[in-house]
Parts: sequence; structure tokens; C-alpha cells
Amino acid sequence: MLHYESAVREPLINGTKDYHQVTEDIISPIEKKPGKLWWIALGFSLTMLLFGVWSVFWEVYFGIGVWGENRTVGWAWDITNFVWWVGIGHAGTLISAILLLFRQGWRTGVNRAAEAMTIFAVLCAGQFPVWHMGRVWLAFFILPYPNSRGPLWVNFNSPLLWDVFAVSTYLTVSILFWYSGLIPDVATLRDRAKKKFAKFFYGLCSFGWRGTAKEWQRLESLGLLLAGLSTPLVLSVHSVVSMDFATSVIPGWHETIFPPYFVAGAIFSGFAMVQTLLIITRKILHLEDYVTLGHIEAMNKIIMLTGGIVAMAYITELFIAWYSNVVYEQGAFWWRILGPYWWAYIILITCNVASPQLFWFKKLRRNIPFTFFMSIVVNIGMWFERFVIIVLSLYHDYMPSAWVYYSPRWPELGFYIGTFGLFFTCYLLFAKYFPVIAVWEIRSVLKTSGESYKQKMAALEQQTTEEFIQEVQHQHALTAH
Amino acid sequence: MAIKQFVVGSFSDEEQLLPAVKKVRAQGYKLYDVFTPFPVHGLDAAMGLRQTALHTAGFIYGALGTATALLGMSWIFVVSWPLDIGGKPHFPLPAFVPITFELTVLFSAVGTTLTFCWLNQIMPGVKKHIFHPRQSDDRFVMAIELTPKTNAEEVKQFLLNNGAEEVTVQTAEEGWWYGLYSKREAYDDINPQWSVQ
Repeated sequence: MLHYESAVREPLINGTKDYHQVTEDIISPIEKKPGKLWWIALGFSLTMLLFGVWSVFWEVYFGIGVWGENRTVGWAWDITNFVWWVGIGHAGTLISAILLLFRQGWRTGVNRAAEAMTIFAVLCAGQFPVWHMGRVWLAFFILPYPNSRGPLWVNFNSPLLWDVFAVSTYLTVSILFWYSGLIPDVATLRDRAKKKFAKFFYGLCSFGWRGTAKEWQRLESLGLLLAGLSTPLVLSVHSVVSMDFATSVIPGWHETIFPPYFVAGAIFSGFAMVQTLLIITRKILHLEDYVTLGHIEAMNKIIMLTGGIVAMAYITELFIAWYSNVVYEQGAFWWRILGPYWWAYIILITCNVASPQLFWFKKLRRNIPFTFFMSIVVNIGMWFERFVIIVLSLYHDYMPSAWVYYSPRWPELGFYIGTFGLFFTCYLLFAKYFPVIAVWEIRSVLKTSGESYKQKMAALEQQTTEEFIQEVQHQHALTAH
Repeated sequence: MAIKQFVVGSFSDEEQLLPAVKKVRAQGYKLYDVFTPFPVHGLDAAMGLRQTALHTAGFIYGALGTATALLGMSWIFVVSWPLDIGGKPHFPLPAFVPITFELTVLFSAVGTTLTFCWLNQIMPGVKKHIFHPRQSDDRFVMAIELTPKTNAEEVKQFLLNNGAEEVTVQTAEEGWWYGLYSKREAYDDINPQWSVQ
């Protein structure tokens, strides 16, 4: 009676499990030696990372001129990637913070991997503005510290500086949130460890956690507080990113709908990335009982919702461009759709507006290969959204004599590939050495949402009200003394 | 701190643990602590623990962040170097909102997490005695400290009667110390082994 949830709700943990089985299922892949596939994937990721390092070295050595951008298109591939990666991170915080506040039980299966994804995505995102500075050895100029140049301070009016604060705060808070939830599971790894190095390593990482009543009480309080802080934080981060554009006077950028439009787009692409990662992870680590079709369907519904918001924003943009009667605004959208980059806009509409509509069919929402395919499509679409906003607003600006066509060069491509290398290297190391599912959170919902426990609920729901009340009172009497 | 003796009971179900905790307190035994693999709701109330004030600390750190950001930016723009940026006022309050918000969140999150670690006495390199190797897996473990007035056998019997599946008497350091989990402590060898490892 301490655990009751209606049998109408789909179970979150399939199969007949007890607490020990949950631990075994999630922890034992960590204790085995990594398989061949893992080494191949790690080798591939490291190769991409090294190519990225080489590309960045090339850019730093010869200067920003080796990239394809020019006087007219000053922000291009690089800032597109920055916005894209930051956006991907947003799903992790949405799952761990906002869904916690909304008491969505299904988040327990996916939050750990999604939070890790957030951290790695923000790490990748942070690379782009830093290396875009060109003279990267002066990067510390963006920090407001008392210096010998006057002191000459940074410009607190500038959204670019707000971005520095927003992204670095976001990264810090995400790491704290993720790691504080990880500590109890690392303690499990430590207590199970047989080898000396594992005992030493997980011993250090577990901070001496034992799971006392007071420790748990404080951890839950901390989790709630960090969730409360992260919820407005995650909304603020992409809002601030959007203000980098919205506070300028470029037609196509100067729009008041940018903050909610960017936040919705971020969650849209972030959930797609969570799907990409989890569909592979659940298969390889045999976690199908914990990341169920129900989880995948729930995430597809969020993709559909945020996709709808994004579509609404595209329509609003076009309507306002026409309705405003501002020639430059109308020109920007004319060149966006009918200019030489028409194909980018077509890809954007196909991937972000048309294809998510297929998720109206329940069969497709619960189809794993289709979901995987869609997760890639959505991420391509969201990359093109940022590309369309950035490059397609700049390339035909106020002065026809300055109009250009932009194409990337290899160091930009290499840099982007390198961040994929960084992302997947981090994720592979995390998935091998730490539990990708929050084991203690699964234990705490097992008796309410486990399949074998739910079956017992069915009998409970057949009871008459009198029987039910009597049993509750009986249980209370038992635990009262 | 001090090396002490404990009677340790291992339960396999949290629904048996809660009534047992209440009885231990009613009996007047010195309950050292209860170790669970996940937060058992109602356990803190059963043990008579206060609600944590961590969120109050979070509020104070947050307010500190707000003040730091607002005062810092105002001092820099108004006093330290009043720079003319596009003819904008030297005290542009709306433009200060994003950074003020971010620093509020940052101070609150970092401060609360550090306070959390300090209150729980946890840190890399800190070691504490593990009473049961599966207390972080599927066992609910209750440790009762032996005082000169309590009889170990009596406590053992009491725990077994109240749902404990297995009971041992252990000698251990009660607090924390700097140490590595890869190193065995002197009393690890004299303490009895649990049948469930």
C-alpha cells in the first residue's frame, strides 16, 4: 500500500525484477571488459577528434581567413554549429529538471544519459565561439577581471557577453546536477568492485557516500533545488543565444519571437539526439527493459509538440515579414526562400515541419527503426534551421554590391567533425565506466512502475471502496507503531 | 573520532524496515544510522530527523549572487570606468538582468552543492566504514551503537524478531577519515562476514 500507481499507466520497467536484478542489469556491463565494438567506436571517435584538433590547429596557425566566411557573411558554419550543439544540450536539462518538477515518472529511465549528453554537447558548443575569436590566446579578455589595461572592463550591455555567463553557468550547473545524482550509483560500483584499481577509482569518485537517511534527505532536497534553478536557467540559455541575433539590426534576425522560437527548437533537436543515443545504448547494453517503447513514444510526443511550435514560428516570421511592410525584412525572406540557397530552406521545411507530422501515427511513434531515422532527420533539419537563420540572413544584406555566396572550406568541416569526435569519445567513456541509467532512481520507482508489481495492482483496482479503505487503515495501523 | 561496536541488522524489504526503526527508538537503543540503496520516504520521520535546511542555504547563496552581479556591474559601469557605449546610459538596469540572473543561479547551485558535501562530510578521498557490501544494492541496513548499558545479544535478538534477516556485531570507526577504499583497514579482518556478499 506504500506503493500504488494505477494499472492503466504503462509500466516503466518491464519484466520481473527485484532490486538486486536492477543493479545487475545496469551495473554488470560496466564490470565486464569492453567489447570489440566499443573499441572500434572509440577508435573512430578519436580519429574524428584528432582530425578536429588538426583543423583547429590549421585555423589558429594561419588565422581565421582559412575559413570560408567573408566580410558579408561574418558568422557562418562555426556559429551555426555553436547554436546547434547548445540546443542539443537542452533536452537533457528538460528531462532532468522540468520533468522532475512535473513529476513525470518516465524520466528516471532516460535522465542520466540525457544529462551526460547535455554536458558533452555544451562542451562541444563552447569550442566554437572560443576558436572563432581567431587570436584565441586573448580569449581571457571576455572575463571581467581587474586588469592592467585601465582596468578596461567588458561590455555588460552586450548579448555576446551574456552568452559567456549563460553558457558557462549552464555547463557548471549541469555538471553539478549530473554528478550529485551519480554519486550513489558510483557508491554501488565501489561496493561491488573486486579489482584493486576499481576500488580505488570508484572509491575516490563516490566521495565516501553510504546512503544514510540524512544523506538521502539532503540529496533529494539538493536535486529539487537544482531542478528549480535549472528550469529557468535552461530557458534563459537559449533565449540569450537568440538575443545574439535578435538585438542586432539585421533583417531576419531582429525578431521578438526569437527567444521562445529558439528554446522550442533546442528542445526539439535535443530530444532527437537523446533518441539517437538511447536507441543505440539500450540495444548494445541490453537495457530494453528500462528504456521501453513507452519512453521512446513519450519522447516522440515531445518532438512532435516542439516541432509544432517551431513550425508556428516559421509561419509567424513569414507573416510578419509581409505584414510589416518593411522592404528589407521582406527582401530577407524573399532571398531566403527564392534565392540561390533555396535548397537549404526546402531541407529545413521538409525535416522540421513536414516529417515530424508522421508521428501522429501511434504505430510510427512506437517503431524503433523509424524513430531512429527520424531522430537523424530532425537533427539535420535543426542544423539547417540555424544555417538558414545565420547565413541566409547575411548573404544578401542591405547593399547589393556586397551580396555573396558562402561555402565552407575544409578546416570548418574538420572542426565540426572534430566536435563529433569529442562528443562520442566522452559518451563512450561515460557509457563504459558509469551507469547510463540512474540505478537508485529506478529502485525507487520499481514497486510503483515495475511490470510485475503493476500486475498486482489490477487486483487492487477490483476492490470495493469499503475493502480498500479497510486495507489502507490496516496498513497504517501496522506501520504506526 | 572513535572506534566503536555496532549491532548491524540487514533487511531485504523497506516495508519491514520502517516499523523496526520506530521500535528501536521506542526501546531506547542508540540508533547509529540506517543505510538504504535509495531514498525511503518516511524513514527520516521514523528516525525523528529534522527536515533539511539546505534550500534555505540555497536562497541565501542566490541572494548573494544577485547582489554580487548587480553591485559589481553597477560599480564597474558607474564608478570604475564610465565608458560611453553607443550613447547608452551608464546604469542600464534592463541590460543587467541576464547576467544578474545567471550569477544568482550559479552562486546558488555551487554554494548549495558545496554545503551539501560539507553537511554530509563527503569529498574525494574521504572514507567511511561500509557495514554491508550490499547496502548500496538491495539491503536495508540498520546499525545500533553498543553502549555500556546495552547487551549485544539482546539487541541481536531484538533485530531478528523485528524482520532483520541477518545480524552481525561489527567493530568500526564511527566517523570519516582520509583513506582509500582499495586499502583494507585493521578491523576489516576481525569483523564477521555476511552470508550475502
